[in-house]
Amino acid sequence: MKLKGWKKVTPGAVCTVAGSALEFKTGSWRAFRPRWIEENCIQCLFCWMYCPDMAVNVKDGKMVGFNYDYCKGCGICALECPGKKGKKAIVMEEEGK
Amino acid sequence: MAKVVAVTGNEAVAEALRQVNPDVSSAYPITPATDIMQRFTSFVSNGKVKTEMILVESEHSAMSGCIGASAAGGRVMTATSSQGLALMWEELFIASGTRLPIVMALVNRALSAPLNIHGDHSDGMGARDCGWIQLWSENAQEAYDNTIQAFRIAEHLDIRLPAMVCLDGFIISHSIERIEYMEDDKVQNFVGEFKNLNPLLDLDHPVSYGPLILPDYYMEYRRAHAEVMSKVPNIVLDVASEFEKISGRKYGLFEAYRLEDAEIGIVILNSAAGTTKDVIDLFREKGIKAGLLKPRLYRPFPYEEIGNALKHLKAVCVLDRADAFGGSYGPLFIDIAASLYPHKNGPVLFNKIYGLGGRDYLPEHAELVLNELAEVAKTGKVKTIKEYIAVRE
Repeated sequence: MKLKGWKKVTPGAVCTVAGSALEFKTGSWRAFRPRWIEENCIQCLFCWMYCPDMAVNVKDGKMVGFNYDYCKGCGICALECPGKKGKKAIVMEEEGK
Repeated sequence: MAKVVAVTGNEAVAEALRQVNPDVSSAYPITPATDIMQRFTSFVSNGKVKTEMILVESEHSAMSGCIGASAAGGRVMTATSSQGLALMWEELFIASGTRLPIVMALVNRALSAPLNIHGDHSDGMGARDCGWIQLWSENAQEAYDNTIQAFRIAEHLDIRLPAMVCLDGFIISHSIERIEYMEDDKVQNFVGEFKNLNPLLDLDHPVSYGPLILPDYYMEYRRAHAEVMSKVPNIVLDVASEFEKISGRKYGLFEAYRLEDAEIGIVILNSAAGTTKDVIDLFREKGIKAGLLKPRLYRPFPYEEIGNALKHLKAVCVLDRADAFGGSYGPLFIDIAASLYPHKNGPVLFNKIYGLGGRDYLPEHAELVLNELAEVAKTGKVKTIKEYIAVRE
């Protein structure tokens, strides 16, 4: 996204376009990345419910992965994940490793 | 026909607000501004205005209420003093940064501690860099006229900034003077219907206020704010010339009194300018070419215009009714010095701090300063650049 110059910004930083937060990709804030381990997933959707953003992708009522454009790596999904028989379906891994 | 009345400064400001009839007001009482809102809430209770009056629990909330109402799309005003303004501090920047044209009467009063309720400029000077427009008023008539003009300036679509109208606590706010009120319809036609810009309550065009702006954009918003500030002086002059047509009273960015052929000059804000002008007349009778400059638009400060108005003088004394602790000189002095910076052969400058916490400013004080100015103009030498006057050793 090309950054606007000072002559083009809206007075008072008012957002006049609804849903413009979509243009603001926060994935670069992430220090830890959630990894989904499908075989341990019981599809409880706790991760989708607890995600403070909307970074858990769900298709046809099922968790299918993460949206890394917006996931900030907070780790709440991994913390809440009950997993299967004590094995987590979401683990946090350091970025760049 | 205009109505000639004998009223206090607060009463005059309240009357201007009644005539403007804003949509919303959110306020909290504080001496000496209390009287403005007390009178205004009576207008609300008696059905003299259609204003939605919000009585809140603090000045922080008062300004927050004004911000919300202004963002929602209303014409908004309030009034405060001293500690009240101090408590609004963070909200002042939010109002200006969000470009909300709120009008506020600031009845200048000293800041605590020590606790003092009387007139000085430390409150307004503390808020001089918060992005608001500031108009300063010598007397009740100017406070009334500035209040009416402030709505036009603040709400101008090229500006959209909040504006403070400053008047001296007690000396003006509580003293009765002869002033002229304009007719209600003249004031209402002058301020005109409120024009909205991105109101929150326009449900067909939803907007969000107050987003997080990170290092990639914050400077662009500040640069835009600086640009808007630079447009204010011309709008102030346009509004003043329109105001002159309906009132017969002339306003500029500052008042220059007997300054054109003057050799020595005093720069002073608000009520003390009146006393000073009288003493200048006495000095003129003695053949001493003295003059005065009284800033009206203090923020944005018209550096170029004021520098040009003072550059021909031999000596100038700036009188500050506030000190800028640790800034070495009073706040007005610092601005005047900056305005004369481009003029290499400009006047010799010195600074007096006077009238703090409501200490009387008497003709003898103006005399003292003018005598020193005459001496400095002769010798070109200043003994002490800054000193307090009328203070006990």
